Amino acid sequence: MNALTLSRRRFLTYSGAAAAVAAAGGIGWKELADRTRTDPLPPGTGVLVTVTLYGGNDGLNTVVPAADPAYQSARPDLAYAEHEVLDLGEGLGLNPGMAGLKASWDAGTLAVVRGVSYPQPDHSHFRSMDIWQTATPDHPVNTGWIGRWLDGNGRDPLKAISLDPVLPPMLAGATTAGAALPLSGLALTKGALGTAFAAMGGASDGEPGPQAVAARSITDLHRTVATLGPAVDATTAAPGAGGKKAATSQLAAQLDVVARCVEMGAPSRVYSASVGGFDTHADERSTQQRLLTEVDAAVSGFLTRMAGTDRGRHVVLMAYSEFGRRVAANANEGTDHGTAGPVLVAGAGVKGGFVGEQPSLTDLDDGDLKPTTDFRDVYATMLSGVLGSDPAQVLGPGRSTLPLLST
Amino acid sequence: MTDADAIRRLLQRVGLGPRPGELARATTGGFDATLAALTAPGPDAGATATPPPAFPAPPAPAARTDVAARKAREQAEAAQARTLVVWWLDRMAAADAPYPERMTWFWHGHFATSVQKVKSAALMYGQNATQRRLGGGDFRALARAMIVDPAMLVWLDGTGNRVGKPNENLAREFMELFTLGVGNYTETDVREAARALTGWRIDAGGDTSSVNARNHDPGPETVLGTTGAYDADGLVDLLVTRPASPRFVAGRIWTRFVSDTPPDPATMDTLVAAYGANHDVTAVLRAAVTAPAFRDPASVLVRQPVEWLVAALRALKLPASKVAPAALRAGLTGLGQTPFHPPNVGGWPAGTPWLTTAAALARLKLAQALVAAADLSPVTDVAAGSRVEATAALLGLPAFTSRTAAALAPLAGTPPQLVAAALASPENAVSA
Repeated sequence: MNALTLSRRRFLTYSGAAAAVAAAGGIGWKELADRTRTDPLPPGTGVLVTVTLYGGNDGLNTVVPAADPAYQSARPDLAYAEHEVLDLGEGLGLNPGMAGLKASWDAGTLAVVRGVSYPQPDHSHFRSMDIWQTATPDHPVNTGWIGRWLDGNGRDPLKAISLDPVLPPMLAGATTAGAALPLSGLALTKGALGTAFAAMGGASDGEPGPQAVAARSITDLHRTVATLGPAVDATTAAPGAGGKKAATSQLAAQLDVVARCVEMGAPSRVYSASVGGFDTHADERSTQQRLLTEVDAAVSGFLTRMAGTDRGRHVVLMAYSEFGRRVAANANEGTDHGTAGPVLVAGAGVKGGFVGEQPSLTDLDDGDLKPTTDFRDVYATMLSGVLGSDPAQVLGPGRSTLPLLST
Repeated sequence: MTDADAIRRLLQRVGLGPRPGELARATTGGFDATLAALTAPGPDAGATATPPPAFPAPPAPAARTDVAARKAREQAEAAQARTLVVWWLDRMAAADAPYPERMTWFWHGHFATSVQKVKSAALMYGQNATQRRLGGGDFRALARAMIVDPAMLVWLDGTGNRVGKPNENLAREFMELFTLGVGNYTETDVREAARALTGWRIDAGGDTSSVNARNHDPGPETVLGTTGAYDADGLVDLLVTRPASPRFVAGRIWTRFVSDTPPDPATMDTLVAAYGANHDVTAVLRAAVTAPAFRDPASVLVRQPVEWLVAALRALKLPASKVAPAALRAGLTGLGQTPFHPPNVGGWPAGTPWLTTAAALARLKLAQALVAAADLSPVTDVAAGSRVEATAALLGLPAFTSRTAAALAPLAGTPPQLVAAALASPENAVSA
């Protein structure tokens, strides 16, 4: 299962963006590209990388309460024994596949936010992922939280980058949508065909909204190529070229592109990467451990690399899923849809440790964990601490920030 | 909107895009005759000439520990899945009467099932054939077939759902995504419906399913306030007769054929009335495309990548199997949509999320692979000064905007580049 994963009905249609985009189309891409090329991100600027785990990652087998007898008895065939997990203290341990992140924990650069969800958690993948990506639990809205941040910060698509070909709702604003970087390289067609293609990106009075969005995507593509092309194309060199190893997973390939963009000072502040396959209703243990091992390798490789440069040390990575899973296992050595789960926050500027209370395994809500932390407070912390923005503009008033960052 | 523009929409949306000459013929025949002919398809020589390949079961490893044999099996399965994808694209491109393929494509997105988990191309083809056979008729019959379809049972863990040990996956998604929509059932309904679906297994032959009474929960179950000893058929009958269900199904059809904007209440009532007691899918479709909104200039749809590709293949009279296979696969991956590989059970999105920067690049690259394999004589045979116009006609597009016409004009001397650029144009990314 790949990661482009929202149902059509609930997928955001940012039709409002179409009109604004058409109105803004008078600027030539070359001009814009030149501007961004000469305007790299100032050193020391915070960058947020989100990693979305689609499918509902089982939080209880990620940050495992292995010492809790209630955990062992709820999941006789699925539970990890205490000696199998990577001990974090307080009776919790990381999944055995997550040795790289355990090293981050030991180095004090991994925070584990516990029991994260929202009031009255929804058990639908699609509704719950919509809620996480729009940060609006009460009712469906057609803007994502990063999209709203784009709207309020210069409306520049290059400030938030998707590593998936289809735009995730998180990056859709009312007037701006993040750009998408293909992993297969950004080599544009040259010559007369390339010139014609670029020319089709201009605005055309009176064309229908979606057609204007299609035109604008061509213009944004050329800006993206001019600004980020060198970073992306460097990653698509033949495996082994220049001593570089081929990425071992889709997420690793995505984060490889992000790393190069960050290192070259790309003007983007947010990157959205993702991996799917976490909907483990059956044979969960082997499937999830394989996926978490992939995630761990990709993320810890990325973090190690980021720790090696000044720009990279201002990167914060946040990994989350739309929900955790039911406390008790089902008959297929899997688990059905649940509620709260952990959010992992990592990076050189992160203050390691636990944040938030671990939900009880005995005081349940109809078989599900009772959330202890609202995900919007994690977002508020990212907005204020990493992006230097007022959380209220994106999330509305009244959010708290969490002690996740040391700087 | 003129009749000619509405007929173009019909051929793009209810058909799979016009082949050369079809738009002109349909315009002569008029809207009603075109719709009637599309939705009451007769014999189809093009479809007959693209029969499905056989998908013999790859040999199973004698022992789980035989790593080489397991790898060989996985490779054989992957090769069959690739064959299946190209075959369906070929069939969609070749169909003289495209409506059955169009509805199969619609239902594939609705009952979204991925070969990535199912593994077996034979099971995926079986589901595809069922959707083709039942996709234009009674939704209840289709839903009854889908809830115990072998590929579906594998996809949503239905074979692991046993009495006393329920697996909720199939029951939940059947209510949320296939029949009712979120908010029209409770968590208790999910758990009770799962009990009604216990006991199903794939038969030894591998391509049919049946219930094993020993593993079936005899009930009674209480679902949506109604108590009974439900089985799969009984559960489907209950779900599709709930008031929310016709509206849900009609809304899904509307989104894919008419507009991203939901129908107004009066139009929705019309759609539900057309659906009627026979759960008639084609009647809903006819009601949707004869609603005033279908002729609203604002009812522009973004073409899904497969719809964009198939329309191009049909315009160019080009089988997908003639396109360089690696370029075809990379193109679909880059655009974010490969048949039989939906991202999850929710299917693919609709609308502008498809129109990303990455997709703009992927469209141009795939367009170049298409023209490299295609016969472009409808463009090359006309004078250079008329080729931009001829290209619009070939692709079944209205006139290009002045922006695009100006961009394309310098390519008149090189028809492959001209057609590739036109395929990648903003005008061709949508059904205007």
